Amino acid sequence: MRRMAGIVLAALLFACIMYAFTFVKTYDYNSSDYYYTDPIEGGKVNETVTGHYIENTKNETGAINAVTAIVVEYRGFDTLGEVTVLFTASTGVSMLLYSLHQRRKRREANLILKEGSKIVLPFILLTGAYIFIHGHLTPGGGFPGGSVIASGFLLMMVAYPKYFLKESRVSITESVAGMIFVLIGMLGLVFASYFLENFLSLGDVGRLFSAGIIPIIYIAIGFKVGAELSGIMNNLKGVEE
Amino acid sequence: MIESIIAWVMALLAFIAAVYAVEAKDLLSSAISAGIASLVVSILFLMLHAPDVAITEASIGAGLTMAIFVYSIGRTERWEK
Repeated sequence: MRRMAGIVLAALLFACIMYAFTFVKTYDYNSSDYYYTDPIEGGKVNETVTGHYIENTKNETGAINAVTAIVVEYRGFDTLGEVTVLFTASTGVSMLLYSLHQRRKRREANLILKEGSKIVLPFILLTGAYIFIHGHLTPGGGFPGGSVIASGFLLMMVAYPKYFLKESRVSITESVAGMIFVLIGMLGLVFASYFLENFLSLGDVGRLFSAGIIPIIYIAIGFKVGAELSGIMNNLKGVEE
Repeated sequence: MIESIIAWVMALLAFIAAVYAVEAKDLLSSAISAGIASLVVSILFLMLHAPDVAITEASIGAGLTMAIFVYSIGRTERWEK
């Protein structure tokens, strides 16, 4: 009885959410929701943060992808905290599972998975690298790219029972990437005025080598996230027999 | 029109998969069902013009989280009491 009531409640909630989706509007640049008229001087004035970001990110940061501009440039310090949270989580997992290492026999995967994963792995890694190197130009960035790379290593771990990543290599990659992030932030203090300020020139907007420190930081984040998530998978899988 | 039909079908699939993930007694099929729900939701994100969220949802929600669940089930028990 209670289970049925729960399912019916969930269905009702689902119907409400889907009904709400029919009211979703796309962004209208000149809509009065985003502008108001200046009472003294007249003319359009930006009312919302959204409008400001959409209008000005290209000139202020040199990044075409506004999401990247917000994550790395306007809210760069938050991203440093986010990366720290992920680092703490991965350290916690390895600490918890260190004493629980089990030795168990695993079944061999089938031929199609084994051979197919060998062929697909380079393409998955390339896609992940593309996503975080082009973070300032195309959708995506360090976090999606890193998780794509980690899922590539996960595929290898599923296909081959004896495939393990070297713990030391994972932790060195992770530490170096984290240090590069903090160091670039410090260089902002040296060459400009505040932590994580963009001290390089913005370059041609739309080129790969543009937007100053944004691509460098996103490459570091991509390596760090990829190493952390692969390290968690490695720890969960167990130890070598 | 066709887009909204696809969106409704995807949303219904996600709903059914989510309810099954909660209700199933076999935790392995529950984990796989949660992965299916994430995959379908990532297609919905793609249709709502959020490709970066869709990439993250597909690789983390459908890939890594499911793997974490499956490895944890391997270390504990498969059936819910």
